[in-house]
Amino acid sequence: MSSPNSAYPDTPETQTKPKRHEWPLWEVFIRGQHGMSHRHVGSLHAADEEMAIKNARDVYTRRNEGVSIWVVEARHIAASSPSEKGPLYEPSESKVYRHPTFFDIPDEVGAM
Amino acid sequence: MAEVDQAQLFEFLCRMGDNTLVLGHWVSEWCGHAPVLEEDIALANTALDLIGQTQMWLGLAAEVEGKGRSADDLAMLRDVWDFRNVLLVEQPNGDFGQTMMRQFLFDAWHLEMLGALAGSSHDQIAAIAAKSVKEVQYHVERSGDTVVGLGDGTSESHSRMQKALNLLWPYVGEMFAADAVDNAVAAAGIAPDPAALRETYDARVGAVLAEATLSVPEDGFAHKGGKSGFQHSEHLGHLLTQMQWLQRAYPGASW
Repeated sequence: MSSPNSAYPDTPETQTKPKRHEWPLWEVFIRGQHGMSHRHVGSLHAADEEMAIKNARDVYTRRNEGVSIWVVEARHIAASSPSEKGPLYEPSESKVYRHPTFFDIPDEVGAM
Repeated sequence: MAEVDQAQLFEFLCRMGDNTLVLGHWVSEWCGHAPVLEEDIALANTALDLIGQTQMWLGLAAEVEGKGRSADDLAMLRDVWDFRNVLLVEQPNGDFGQTMMRQFLFDAWHLEMLGALAGSSHDQIAAIAAKSVKEVQYHVERSGDTVVGLGDGTSESHSRMQKALNLLWPYVGEMFAADAVDNAVAAAGIAPDPAALRETYDARVGAVLAEATLSVPEDGFAHKGGKSGFQHSEHLGHLLTQMQWLQRAYPGASW
Protein backbone atom coordinates (compact mmCIF):
# COMPACT_ATOMS: atom_id res chain seq x y z
CA MET A 1 0.00 0.00 0.00
CA SER A 2 2.96 2.33 0.43
CA SER A 3 6.45 2.77 -0.90
CA PRO A 4 9.27 0.92 0.89
CA ASN A 5 10.59 4.14 2.36
CA SER A 6 7.26 5.46 3.64
CA ALA A 7 8.36 4.76 7.22
CA TYR A 8 11.26 7.13 6.68
CA PRO A 9 9.73 10.18 5.03
CA ASP A 10 12.89 12.18 5.64
CA THR A 11 14.95 9.79 3.54
CA PRO A 12 15.25 11.08 0.00
CA GLU A 13 14.11 8.66 -2.69
CA THR A 14 17.12 7.79 -4.80
CA GLN A 15 17.18 6.65 -8.40
CA THR A 16 18.92 3.39 -7.59
CA LYS A 17 16.97 1.83 -4.78
CA PRO A 18 18.84 -0.79 -2.80
CA LYS A 19 17.52 -4.31 -3.19
CA ARG A 20 14.87 -5.00 -0.60
CA HIS A 21 16.03 -7.92 1.50
CA GLU A 22 13.11 -10.00 2.67
CA TRP A 23 13.26 -11.87 5.93
CA PRO A 24 12.88 -15.63 5.60
CA LEU A 25 9.41 -17.16 5.54
CA TRP A 26 8.19 -19.12 8.57
CA GLU A 27 5.25 -21.49 8.86
CA VAL A 28 3.23 -21.08 12.05
CA PHE A 29 1.50 -23.82 14.04
CA ILE A 30 -0.77 -23.01 16.98
CA ARG A 31 -2.22 -25.31 19.60
CA GLY A 32 -5.63 -23.95 20.56
CA GLN A 33 -7.26 -23.77 23.97
CA HIS A 34 -8.95 -27.13 23.56
CA GLY A 35 -6.99 -28.67 20.70
CA MET A 36 -4.71 -31.60 21.28
CA SER A 37 -2.33 -30.91 18.42
CA HIS A 38 -0.73 -27.91 16.79
CA ARG A 39 -2.45 -26.84 13.58
CA HIS A 40 -1.00 -24.90 10.71
CA VAL A 41 -2.51 -21.41 10.75
CA GLY A 42 -0.44 -19.50 8.22
CA SER A 43 2.95 -18.02 7.59
CA LEU A 44 4.91 -14.83 8.25
CA HIS A 45 8.30 -13.21 7.77
CA ALA A 46 10.89 -12.82 10.54
CA ALA A 47 14.64 -12.43 10.87
CA ASP A 48 15.11 -15.34 13.29
CA GLU A 49 13.13 -17.90 15.26
CA GLU A 50 12.61 -15.76 18.36
CA MET A 51 11.23 -12.95 16.26
CA ALA A 52 9.08 -15.47 14.37
CA ILE A 53 7.46 -16.60 17.63
CA LYS A 54 6.87 -13.00 18.73
CA ASN A 55 5.41 -12.13 15.35
CA ALA A 56 3.23 -15.24 15.46
CA ARG A 57 2.00 -14.20 18.88
CA ASP A 58 1.01 -10.80 17.50
CA VAL A 59 -0.40 -11.94 14.18
CA TYR A 60 -2.09 -15.23 15.06
CA THR A 61 -2.95 -15.26 18.79
CA ARG A 62 -4.27 -11.75 19.34
CA ARG A 63 -7.81 -13.06 19.68
CA ASN A 64 -6.84 -15.57 22.32
CA GLU A 65 -6.54 -18.45 19.86
CA GLY A 66 -3.65 -20.35 21.32
CA VAL A 67 -1.72 -21.75 24.24
CA SER A 68 1.38 -22.88 22.33
CA ILE A 69 3.20 -21.76 19.20
CA TRP A 70 5.53 -23.67 16.90
CA VAL A 71 7.38 -22.01 14.06
CA VAL A 72 9.48 -23.67 11.40
CA GLU A 73 11.32 -22.01 8.59
CA ALA A 74 9.44 -22.84 5.41
CA ARG A 75 12.55 -24.07 3.61
CA HIS A 76 12.91 -26.90 6.14
CA ILE A 77 9.57 -28.41 5.20
CA ALA A 78 9.79 -31.26 2.69
CA ALA A 79 6.57 -31.60 0.70
CA SER A 80 5.10 -34.16 -1.66
CA SER A 81 4.87 -33.12 -5.27
CA PRO A 82 1.42 -32.30 -6.71
CA SER A 83 2.43 -33.91 -10.01
CA GLU A 84 2.78 -37.28 -8.30
CA LYS A 85 -0.67 -37.31 -6.78
CA GLY A 86 -1.84 -40.08 -9.11
CA PRO A 87 0.58 -42.77 -7.98
CA LEU A 88 0.67 -41.46 -4.41
CA TYR A 89 -3.02 -41.20 -3.54
CA GLU A 90 -5.26 -42.78 -6.14
CA PRO A 91 -4.45 -46.41 -5.27
CA SER A 92 -6.06 -45.97 -1.85
CA GLU A 93 -9.35 -44.69 -3.30
CA SER A 94 -10.65 -48.18 -4.07
CA LYS A 95 -9.63 -49.83 -0.80
CA VAL A 96 -12.65 -49.19 1.42
CA TYR A 97 -11.73 -52.20 3.58
CA ARG A 98 -8.95 -50.07 5.07
CA HIS A 99 -11.56 -47.96 6.86
CA PRO A 100 -12.43 -49.51 10.24
CA THR A 101 -16.18 -49.20 9.58
CA PHE A 102 -16.98 -52.91 9.53
CA PHE A 103 -16.85 -53.35 13.29
CA ASP A 104 -19.60 -52.83 15.82
CA ILE A 105 -18.20 -50.67 18.55
CA PRO A 106 -19.72 -51.28 21.99
CA ASP A 107 -21.39 -48.22 23.52
CA GLU A 108 -19.25 -48.61 26.63
CA VAL A 109 -16.19 -47.56 24.64
CA GLY A 110 -17.51 -44.03 24.32
CA ALA A 111 -16.23 -41.50 21.83
CA MET A 112 -13.37 -42.64 19.65
CA MET B 1 0.33 5.04 56.88
CA ALA B 2 -0.50 8.56 55.74
CA GLU B 3 -3.93 9.27 54.28
CA VAL B 4 -3.67 10.58 50.78
CA ASP B 5 -5.30 13.77 49.60
CA GLN B 6 -7.85 12.81 46.92
CA ALA B 7 -6.76 15.66 44.65
CA GLN B 8 -3.23 14.30 44.69
CA LEU B 9 -4.44 10.77 44.05
CA PHE B 10 -6.37 12.14 41.06
CA GLU B 11 -3.19 13.80 39.77
CA PHE B 12 -1.28 10.55 40.11
CA LEU B 13 -3.92 8.54 38.26
CA CYS B 14 -3.98 11.13 35.47
CA ARG B 15 -0.22 10.74 35.13
CA MET B 16 -0.55 6.98 34.68
CA GLY B 17 -3.48 7.30 32.29
CA ASP B 18 -2.12 10.21 30.27
CA ASN B 19 1.19 8.40 29.72
CA THR B 20 -0.57 5.41 28.20
CA LEU B 21 -3.10 7.54 26.32
CA VAL B 22 -0.58 9.81 24.64
CA LEU B 23 1.88 7.03 23.81
CA GLY B 24 -0.96 4.76 22.70
CA HIS B 25 -2.21 7.43 20.31
CA TRP B 26 1.21 8.03 18.78
CA VAL B 27 1.80 4.30 18.34
CA SER B 28 -1.63 3.84 16.76
CA GLU B 29 -0.61 6.25 14.01
CA TRP B 30 1.69 3.51 12.66
CA CYS B 31 -1.30 1.36 11.79
CA GLY B 32 -1.02 0.70 8.05
CA HIS B 33 2.39 2.40 7.81
CA ALA B 34 4.90 0.15 9.60
CA PRO B 35 7.87 -1.16 7.59
CA VAL B 36 6.56 -4.75 7.55
CA LEU B 37 3.16 -6.32 8.11
CA GLU B 38 4.22 -8.17 11.26
CA GLU B 39 5.48 -4.97 12.91
CA ASP B 40 2.33 -3.18 11.84
CA ILE B 41 0.15 -5.64 13.73
CA ALA B 42 2.51 -5.74 16.71
CA LEU B 43 2.44 -1.94 17.01
CA ALA B 44 -1.34 -1.88 16.71
CA ASN B 45 -1.55 -4.49 19.48
CA THR B 46 0.73 -2.40 21.69
CA ALA B 47 -1.33 0.73 21.02
CA LEU B 48 -4.53 -1.12 21.91
CA ASP B 49 -2.97 -2.45 25.13
CA LEU B 50 -2.03 1.10 26.10
CA ILE B 51 -5.46 2.52 25.29
CA GLY B 52 -7.04 -0.30 27.30
CA GLN B 53 -4.87 0.60 30.27
CA THR B 54 -5.85 4.24 29.79
CA GLN B 55 -9.53 3.34 30.19
CA MET B 56 -8.75 1.76 33.55
CA TRP B 57 -6.50 4.55 34.87
CA LEU B 58 -8.66 7.45 33.73
CA GLY B 59 -11.81 5.57 34.75
CA LEU B 60 -10.47 5.33 38.27
CA ALA B 61 -9.25 8.94 38.12
CA ALA B 62 -12.75 10.11 37.22
CA GLU B 63 -14.21 8.05 40.06
CA VAL B 64 -11.73 9.51 42.56
CA GLU B 65 -12.43 13.02 41.29
CA GLY B 66 -16.15 12.50 41.85
CA LYS B 67 -17.33 15.30 39.59
CA GLY B 68 -19.31 13.12 37.24
CA ARG B 69 -16.68 13.03 34.50
CA SER B 70 -15.90 9.80 32.66
CA ALA B 71 -12.63 8.38 31.31
CA ASP B 72 -13.74 9.57 27.86
CA ASP B 73 -14.34 13.09 29.18
CA LEU B 74 -10.85 13.19 30.65
CA ALA B 75 -9.25 11.84 27.48
CA MET B 76 -11.15 13.84 24.89
CA LEU B 77 -12.19 17.08 26.55
CA ARG B 78 -9.12 18.29 28.45
CA ASP B 79 -6.62 20.63 26.85
CA VAL B 80 -2.83 20.50 26.89
CA TRP B 81 -2.32 22.19 30.26
CA ASP B 82 -4.44 19.57 32.03
CA PHE B 83 -2.44 16.63 30.70
CA ARG B 84 -0.03 14.98 33.13
CA ASN B 85 2.01 12.65 30.92
CA VAL B 86 5.81 12.72 30.98
CA LEU B 87 7.48 14.58 28.11
CA LEU B 88 9.05 11.39 26.75
CA VAL B 89 5.76 9.90 25.54
CA GLU B 90 4.63 13.05 23.72
CA GLN B 91 7.77 13.17 21.56
CA PRO B 92 6.79 12.49 17.94
CA ASN B 93 7.10 9.14 16.17
CA GLY B 94 9.97 10.20 13.90
CA ASP B 95 11.19 7.20 11.94
CA PHE B 96 10.51 3.61 12.99
CA GLY B 97 13.76 3.50 14.99
CA GLN B 98 12.84 6.61 16.96
CA THR B 99 9.42 5.15 17.72
CA MET B 100 10.95 1.92 18.99
CA MET B 101 13.58 3.73 21.06
CA ARG B 102 10.90 5.88 22.70
CA GLN B 103 8.86 2.73 23.30
CA PHE B 104 11.76 0.89 24.92
CA LEU B 105 12.79 3.79 27.16
CA PHE B 106 9.18 4.07 28.34
CA ASP B 107 8.43 0.32 28.55
CA ALA B 108 11.43 -0.30 30.81
CA TRP B 109 10.15 2.34 33.26
CA HIS B 110 6.54 1.22 32.86
CA LEU B 111 7.42 -2.36 33.79
CA GLU B 112 9.17 -1.33 37.02
CA MET B 113 6.39 1.09 37.91
CA LEU B 114 3.58 -1.41 37.35
CA GLY B 115 5.52 -4.14 39.14
CA ALA B 116 5.69 -1.89 42.20
CA LEU B 117 2.08 -0.73 41.84
CA ALA B 118 0.88 -4.34 41.84
CA GLY B 119 1.73 -4.25 45.56
CA SER B 120 -0.09 -0.95 46.13
CA SER B 121 -2.06 -0.33 49.31
CA HIS B 122 -4.91 0.84 47.04
CA ASP B 123 -6.78 -2.28 45.87
CA GLN B 124 -8.03 -0.93 42.55
CA ILE B 125 -4.60 0.42 41.63
CA ALA B 126 -3.02 -2.92 42.52
CA ALA B 127 -5.55 -4.73 40.33
CA ILE B 128 -5.04 -2.44 37.33
CA ALA B 129 -1.27 -2.79 37.67
CA ALA B 130 -1.42 -6.58 37.96
CA LYS B 131 -3.43 -6.78 34.74
CA SER B 132 -1.26 -4.28 32.85
CA VAL B 133 2.12 -5.62 33.90
CA LYS B 134 1.66 -8.80 31.82
CA GLU B 135 1.08 -6.73 28.70
CA VAL B 136 4.03 -4.50 29.44
CA GLN B 137 6.34 -7.44 30.09
CA TYR B 138 5.79 -8.33 26.46
CA HIS B 139 6.08 -4.72 25.24
CA VAL B 140 9.52 -4.32 26.78
CA GLU B 141 10.76 -7.64 25.39
CA ARG B 142 9.62 -6.70 21.94
CA SER B 143 10.89 -3.11 21.95
CA GLY B 144 14.18 -4.22 23.54
CA ASP B 145 14.71 -6.85 20.84
CA THR B 146 14.06 -4.28 18.14
CA VAL B 147 16.46 -1.79 19.71
CA VAL B 148 19.14 -4.51 19.71
CA GLY B 149 18.30 -5.62 16.17
CA LEU B 150 18.46 -2.12 14.74
CA GLY B 151 21.26 -0.79 16.96
CA ASP B 152 23.50 -3.75 16.16
CA GLY B 153 22.29 -3.85 12.57
CA THR B 154 23.54 -2.01 9.51
CA SER B 155 25.52 1.22 9.74
CA GLU B 156 22.36 3.04 8.60
CA SER B 157 20.12 1.50 11.28
CA HIS B 158 22.84 1.93 13.92
CA SER B 159 23.25 5.64 13.24
CA ARG B 160 19.48 6.18 13.27
CA MET B 161 19.18 4.41 16.63
CA GLN B 162 22.07 6.37 18.14
CA LYS B 163 20.45 9.56 16.89
CA ALA B 164 17.14 8.52 18.44
CA LEU B 165 18.83 7.73 21.75
CA ASN B 166 20.64 11.08 21.79
CA LEU B 167 17.34 12.83 21.09
CA LEU B 168 15.26 10.97 23.69
CA TRP B 169 17.69 10.35 26.55
CA PRO B 170 17.20 13.84 28.06
CA TYR B 171 13.53 12.90 28.60
CA VAL B 172 14.32 9.82 30.71
CA GLY B 173 15.15 11.70 33.93
CA GLU B 174 11.65 13.11 34.40
CA MET B 175 10.21 9.64 35.03
CA PHE B 176 12.36 9.28 38.17
CA ALA B 177 12.15 12.81 39.60
CA ALA B 178 9.75 12.91 42.55
CA ASP B 179 7.55 15.91 43.33
CA ALA B 180 4.85 16.62 45.93
CA VAL B 181 2.32 14.31 44.23
CA ASP B 182 4.79 11.42 44.07
CA ASN B 183 5.78 11.96 47.68
CA ALA B 184 2.16 11.99 48.83
CA VAL B 185 1.20 8.73 47.10
CA ALA B 186 4.47 7.12 48.21
CA ALA B 187 3.85 8.11 51.84
CA ALA B 188 0.42 6.43 51.64
CA GLY B 189 1.95 3.22 50.29
CA ILE B 190 0.01 3.70 47.04
CA ALA B 191 2.98 4.05 44.70
CA PRO B 192 6.75 3.66 44.92
CA ASP B 193 9.21 6.51 45.23
CA PRO B 194 10.08 7.04 41.52
CA ALA B 195 13.78 7.40 42.33
CA ALA B 196 13.81 3.88 43.76
CA LEU B 197 13.06 2.45 40.31
CA ARG B 198 16.11 4.00 38.70
CA GLU B 199 18.69 1.36 39.58
CA THR B 200 16.79 -1.56 38.04
CA TYR B 201 15.90 0.62 35.07
CA ASP B 202 19.50 1.58 34.44
CA ALA B 203 20.58 -2.05 34.68
CA ARG B 204 17.99 -3.27 32.16
CA VAL B 205 18.34 -0.36 29.76
CA GLY B 206 22.13 -0.37 30.06
CA ALA B 207 22.32 -4.07 29.17
CA VAL B 208 20.06 -3.70 26.13
CA LEU B 209 21.83 -0.58 24.86
CA ALA B 210 25.22 -2.25 25.30
CA GLU B 211 24.03 -5.26 23.30
CA ALA B 212 22.70 -2.81 20.72
CA THR B 213 26.20 -1.25 20.55
CA LEU B 214 24.71 2.15 21.40
CA SER B 215 26.30 4.69 23.76
CA VAL B 216 24.26 6.40 26.43
CA PRO B 217 24.81 10.18 26.25
CA GLU B 218 26.94 11.35 29.17
CA ASP B 219 25.15 14.63 29.72
CA GLY B 220 22.85 14.16 32.71
CA PHE B 221 20.48 16.97 31.72
CA ALA B 222 16.80 16.08 32.08
CA HIS B 223 13.83 18.00 30.72
CA LYS B 224 10.89 18.31 33.06
CA GLY B 225 7.44 19.83 33.26
CA GLY B 226 5.29 17.15 31.63
CA LYS B 227 3.91 15.21 34.56
CA SER B 228 3.43 18.36 36.61
CA GLY B 229 1.67 19.99 33.65
CA PHE B 230 3.99 22.98 33.97
CA GLN B 231 5.37 22.94 30.46
CA HIS B 232 4.52 20.42 27.75
CA SER B 233 6.36 20.42 24.44
CA GLU B 234 4.56 21.72 21.36
CA HIS B 235 4.05 18.15 20.12
CA LEU B 236 1.30 17.40 22.63
CA GLY B 237 -0.96 20.09 21.20
CA HIS B 238 -0.61 18.69 17.70
CA LEU B 239 -1.39 15.21 18.97
CA LEU B 240 -4.51 16.39 20.78
CA THR B 241 -5.90 18.20 17.74
CA GLN B 242 -5.72 14.88 15.88
CA MET B 243 -6.99 12.75 18.73
CA GLN B 244 -9.76 15.00 19.99
CA TRP B 245 -11.14 16.68 16.88
CA LEU B 246 -14.07 14.34 16.43
CA GLN B 247 -15.40 14.79 19.97
CA ARG B 248 -14.78 18.52 19.67
CA ALA B 249 -16.55 18.86 16.33
CA TYR B 250 -19.38 16.43 17.10
CA PRO B 251 -19.86 16.55 20.88
CA GLY B 252 -21.22 13.31 22.29
CA ALA B 253 -20.74 11.38 19.06
CA SER B 254 -20.56 7.65 19.67
CA TRP B 255 -20.49 4.39 17.69
